[in-house]
Amino acid sequence: MSILRISGLSRSFGGLRAVDGVDFDAEPNRITAVIGPNGAGKTTLFNLIAGSLRPDSGRVVFDGSDITGLEPHRVARRGISRTFQAIKLSKQMTALENVMLGRHVRSRAGFPSGMLAAPWTRTEERSIREEALRTIDLLGISEYRDRETGALPFGIQRSVELARALASEPKLLLLDEPASGLNVRETRALGELISLIRGKGISILVVEHDMSLVMDVSDEIVVLNFGRKIAQGKPRDIQANREVVDIYLGEEDA
Amino acid sequence: MSGPNRYLPVLACALCAFLLPALLAATKTAYLLTQLTMSAYYVLASLGLCLLMGYAGQISLGQAGFFAIGGYASAFLSKANLSAFASGRIAGLLEHVGLLVRGADAYGNAILSISPWIAFICAVLLAAGIAALIGTPVLRLKGHYLAMATLGFGIIVERIVRGTKDLGSADGLSGVPSFPILPGLAVAGGKALRASNFTIAWLVLALGLLALVNLIGSRAGRALRALHDGEEAAGAMGVDTSRYKLNAFVIGAVYAAIAGALLTHYNGSIGPGEASFMKSVRYVAIVAVGGMANLSGTLVAGLFLNFLSLRGVFGRFDDAVFGTILVLVMLLAPSGKARGRAGSRPGLPVFRRRGDPGG
Repeated sequence: MSILRISGLSRSFGGLRAVDGVDFDAEPNRITAVIGPNGAGKTTLFNLIAGSLRPDSGRVVFDGSDITGLEPHRVARRGISRTFQAIKLSKQMTALENVMLGRHVRSRAGFPSGMLAAPWTRTEERSIREEALRTIDLLGISEYRDRETGALPFGIQRSVELARALASEPKLLLLDEPASGLNVRETRALGELISLIRGKGISILVVEHDMSLVMDVSDEIVVLNFGRKIAQGKPRDIQANREVVDIYLGEEDA
Repeated sequence: MSGPNRYLPVLACALCAFLLPALLAATKTAYLLTQLTMSAYYVLASLGLCLLMGYAGQISLGQAGFFAIGGYASAFLSKANLSAFASGRIAGLLEHVGLLVRGADAYGNAILSISPWIAFICAVLLAAGIAALIGTPVLRLKGHYLAMATLGFGIIVERIVRGTKDLGSADGLSGVPSFPILPGLAVAGGKALRASNFTIAWLVLALGLLALVNLIGSRAGRALRALHDGEEAAGAMGVDTSRYKLNAFVIGAVYAAIAGALLTHYNGSIGPGEASFMKSVRYVAIVAVGGMANLSGTLVAGLFLNFLSLRGVFGRFDDAVFGTILVLVMLLAPSGKARGRAGSRPGLPVFRRRGDPGG
């Protein structure tokens, strides 16, 4: 069974059909990439899945249940975590605190127990911290953990955001252009990291511009153009697909 | 804001609650206790706003409205004369369990009224209820729009209390009975009760501060700080941002209402001035000068400025001083960024300009 099933998903802005009847399945424990030229509707598609936007029509089924139109925090609670194309970290919080926020869906202390510092919350807080530290360690950013994220180098900020998403132990990880702004070396490291994350049994859906990264790590590629799906297949097939090469890969050669 | 250090201001307040009366008595300045008691209640209202505005990033220009709701409701209920119902069986039963109390009015006539405890609890619940009711639609707004909406709320409260005869119109309510908290311990004015009331006020302040310090360091506090910087990211991490903002709003209102009710019982009166726009500006100015997301800063700034104001140091320019402070903070350190790392440093911020668009 697929972890994510998109069927007939559409969303327009004014007269523009940003996502137009898109269907595809993402298989569990696989890396599925969504590619396409600028304005193809990749980020809109992402926001429709994550709940930041409501679709006009179509359905999003995650892990067997319909999550179409759910608010972002409800989508997150179902086990979908995401990163953003433009990094969205809490700049006034330390890297560690940001990653601890990722444990929000895995913990439950609310306002009353927080205000009273109920003894059980201390145990929970300790485990939130330990899990966050473990994730930070996994991404190799331990040395930055007590720094406010606003002052960190861009590449490190990307890693912190990824750590925050991972800390929630998602079933599905949505990565929105994770390589944008990274140099070649950082992009290669990111590719290894993405493979490592899949190795932990997490399914990944990635929207990406960087072809080398997509071709390296993806198991399956979905190609969008003007909001429509024009091709789907293994990286090898996509590279051999005449239409894709013309509209997308060819464009980059030009 | 980490480690046991964050509890130092709480400890300091609790110590002052017991030590200052003796110290001031020794230096023959015990008369200052009155203003210090009143300052503590005003600061309590500012602390509630600090959570909402400093940490959760939601501005409110209606904090004085909630302060007045707490004060007026508690005053009205504890003053209400229910003698007309005194013979009824229900009244007898309520009196028996202590919900109604017999007393005398200013002219010595016997009256039957609601226990101040019940009046106080009802007042706080009323403020919380109103906050929950208006918070739901209002907190969808952001920035200037939220400021305008809460400003409107504050003005509505002021016009209502000013225009309602049963609330004393422009004179407000006076002759508010004392509030016996424990046998032999009451929130009330009078020289004999000055020291004990100072202790009550500062202990309430310490408790209020303790709860917020706990909250900020907890899972919910982390979520509030995160939504301050970006609701989209906080939502994507599973934080129900509307609910969290509403909770912060209601907690802020409850702090203001507790402060308003206690100060009203202490003073024995409340007037519509407590609901005025300039009072709301004052709460905002104190949070701003304290460094926004900084409870200890709000505490110190609030105690200092309220004390000076109540001592009459600013004279006729009282409101102008707070207005000026607010303008200066907005110009020099709009988001309280001058504070130390994650609000760890107590005290007043050192103003420093930073290119930050947020306010």
